Amino acid sequence: MDEAVIFLSRLQFALTNIFHYFYPPFSIGLGVFLVITEGLYLKTKNSVWLQITRFWTKVFALTFTIGVATGIPMEFQFGTNWAAYSRYVGDVFGSALAAEGIFAFFLESGFLAILVFGSGKVSRKFHYFSTIMVCLGAHFSAVWIVVANSWMQTPAGFEIVMGPNGMRAEITDFWSMVFNPSSVIRLMHVITGCWLAGSFFVMSVSAWYILKKKHLPFAESSMKVALIFALVVSLSQVFISGDLSGKSVHKYQPSKFAAMEGHWKSGSPADMVLFGYIDKEKGETIGPKIPGLTSWLIDRDAELPVKGLDSIPVNERPPLQITFQSYHLMISIGVLLILLSASGCFLWWRGKLFDSKYLLWIFVFSVLLPVFANTAGWITAEVGRQPWIVYGLMRTAEGVSPTLSQSQLYFSNILFFLLYLSLFAVFVYVLDRKIKHGPDPADESEPIVKLPVKLREILNFRKDKI
Amino acid sequence: MDLNTIWFILIIIILTGYAILDGFDFGVGIIHLLNKSDEDRRLSINSIGPLWDGNEVWLVVGGGALFAAFPEVYATVFSGFYNAFIILLVMLLFRGVAIEFRSKSPLPKWRKFWDVCFSLGSLGASLIFGIALGNLARGVPLDSNKNITSGFADLLNPYSLLVGLTAVSLLTLHGAIYLVMKTEGETQKNISRHIKKMIFVFIFLYAVTTISTFIYQPHLLDVFKKNFWLGIIPLASLLLVLNIPREIHFGREFLAFLSSSGTIALLIGLVAVGIFPNIVQSFPDPQNSLNIYNSASTKSTLTTMLIIACIGAPLVISYTSVVYWIFRGKVKLDENSY
Ligand code: HDD
Ligand code: HEM
Ligand code: HEM
Repeated sequence: MDEAVIFLSRLQFALTNIFHYFYPPFSIGLGVFLVITEGLYLKTKNSVWLQITRFWTKVFALTFTIGVATGIPMEFQFGTNWAAYSRYVGDVFGSALAAEGIFAFFLESGFLAILVFGSGKVSRKFHYFSTIMVCLGAHFSAVWIVVANSWMQTPAGFEIVMGPNGMRAEITDFWSMVFNPSSVIRLMHVITGCWLAGSFFVMSVSAWYILKKKHLPFAESSMKVALIFALVVSLSQVFISGDLSGKSVHKYQPSKFAAMEGHWKSGSPADMVLFGYIDKEKGETIGPKIPGLTSWLIDRDAELPVKGLDSIPVNERPPLQITFQSYHLMISIGVLLILLSASGCFLWWRGKLFDSKYLLWIFVFSVLLPVFANTAGWITAEVGRQPWIVYGLMRTAEGVSPTLSQSQLYFSNILFFLLYLSLFAVFVYVLDRKIKHGPDPADESEPIVKLPVKLREILNFRKDKI
Repeated sequence: MDLNTIWFILIIIILTGYAILDGFDFGVGIIHLLNKSDEDRRLSINSIGPLWDGNEVWLVVGGGALFAAFPEVYATVFSGFYNAFIILLVMLLFRGVAIEFRSKSPLPKWRKFWDVCFSLGSLGASLIFGIALGNLARGVPLDSNKNITSGFADLLNPYSLLVGLTAVSLLTLHGAIYLVMKTEGETQKNISRHIKKMIFVFIFLYAVTTISTFIYQPHLLDVFKKNFWLGIIPLASLLLVLNIPREIHFGREFLAFLSSSGTIALLIGLVAVGIFPNIVQSFPDPQNSLNIYNSASTKSTLTTMLIIACIGAPLVISYTSVVYWIFRGKVKLDENSY
């Protein structure tokens, strides 16, 4: 097999996936936000919530469209670039992809039409029902594809058999394929990562309006809802699902774990490397370390011996530097997100949030953090899985379509790259216009009630006034 | 009937659904530039605004179902038609974002750019789908490892190009009928003026395609020789085509729309009946063909998928109908429109 074809196929898959994954987290996160704010509107009839819902619905529609447009090439790339892989795993992997279309995409796109174009055509209650369905649909979109990916990481419920045209994986147990060892954990972690993207998106735009002293009731209320959400989710992202993900990788993918942590010596406890780099020649990881912390995190035992890179044959090691660095980027951002949302909540508690220019400016740019963390997380997961396309079963190099030529791949790579880049530019342009334009004015016929300036007031704030 | 046959039929149904539903989106796109004023163009985009995205999901589901039920076909076809497929994906991508972006800025240049993207994307995608259908009907060279050995240029053989053009003309007509159904007044008149020509072009291409099939692709006719009653399909499709001008003449747009939908379904049905039980016919080495048995997943996967389909289909049908019901009637521009 031609090395360049393999490399370019991987590059293309990685690029298109990273571009695709820029949008869905926003949709998934905003979906939850819309359900909250529209629910608040129906409960309190405070028209700020309606204004908020309307504005973010439009943003949702924008990210959704590009999510869809970039998603369609993804679905077919398994066939175009990974034909050998598709033949090998089709029996197991294909059903998840089909289920996704039937259960998720129809739901989301159908009801989104009602959200965006349907107000005035349907009752408020039905509109809210559609919002909930859109949110559910967005979440379902994540479910099946993540299940499929988890199966590639920790395969289960299949056997290798001689098929009509060669060896292939065949399903033996559908449910153990679906609930393979990593799917539930990964799904929790992925979804909460999306919620973080959504809430920081809302905070970023709101903070900007507050700094510019525009649309204040709108911006402050959005900010408050998103802030509470962000605090809860960032804590669970790190302490619950992140923790579980790490343990799961340690258990099922020791070579990925060793690369993530930069752990070399098998049999010794693993240290936590705060930051640094892997020195491949010397076979060590340079940087400040907390002895035994990683071992302790796995099993609350600082002496726990962990498999190191030295006992993994060189041709079965993933690319070390990328895995290590992207993992550490994700972790650092995770900690940062907790700090940010906690300080936001703290200042709100004291009633000073909307005067603290510095923090608000940080919030304006903070939308990038979850995006980077999400991407870095996927890079950790996918690059760390190398050299396997299906862990332990099929090597990535064996999965490539046998019919491809270099020139075809140059063509498609360049095409996709330029296209996605310009798509991204247009996305930013349109979003920028939307944000500058701001929300449509709230309906004056209904009362506008602000949320309390101090978080602690919420505790004795009467429900009917929210 | 065995599971493999059921899945062959189901996939044909999904793809037919896709062709009918996204087909009118493509048609609206192809004739988009015939609308001259900005308002007409907005109306034409908004006529499919709430629907095109759900229509495209049929393709996603079809792709997923093909992957799950006949992974060999999925792998062979998409890797073998690599360049064509990449171009198709790009066309679909442009078409989608053009709809969303067009009205996001009032600049005339901006709008014009996206209008052209919308139109070319729709045209290109319909053409490629048609050419693909032509190649499937004609057969493609497969080696014993089930890989396609021909290149991009071979896809553009005269017969497949002819099928491609026929498909484009059919979808153009289909989209025009849809627009007539969804609009009123001047906009409607403007489009109706072109419908006669479109019908004429389509019938002409349809006739040429049929004749060339008789001459150059006689293998597609074998099944009709054996089962004479299947001749009903081409007969019905001829009647449906001829019915379109009649319904238009009497102003029964919805019936005309049903007729063009039926024509699309029958055209795909003809190819499906012609190639069955093969999915990808190998030409010139027929023993290498991928058929519904040597390309399929295991029985247990096909069964699981059938259960999934039985749970999913009623759901999908019910909310698709709800959406179509809510957005029935003529389009009007309001503050939510594109
Ligand atoms: C906002 C996003 C975000 C944040 C703050 C974090 N993660 Fe993460 N992480 C993801 C978003 C993400 C992700 C994009 O959702 C990934 C990619 C693949 C996956 O399963 O989830 C992921 C993967 C991922 C993996 C690899 C799973 C695998 O390869 O099977 C591990 C071990 C962790 N995460 C652990 C953590 C820890 C310990 C964090 C806290 C300090 C953390 N993540 C913060
Ligand atoms: C959940 C569904 C996903 C599936 C089924 C999936 C599957 C794959 C496959 C088949 C490859 C090609 C083989 C390889 O080089 O490893 C790959 C590579 C890759 N994917 Fe994913 N992927 C998924 C999600 C993502 C997402 C959301 C991202 C990024 C945001 C991503 C990032 C990458 C990267 C960076 C590579 C290149 C790894 C390398 O070549 O070293 N993946 N993935
Ligand atoms: C290789 C991996 C992936 C493939 C093949 C894929 C495929 C697709 C396809 C075909 C669509 C368009 C659906 C439509 O027409 O409505 C789509 C959209 C979407 N995908 Fe992916 N996807 C992948 C990775 C992911 C991951 C990892 C997630 C989430 C965790 C995700 C979440 C979504 C969502 C929410 C949408 C709806 C559009 C939006 O909300 O932005 N996808 N995807």
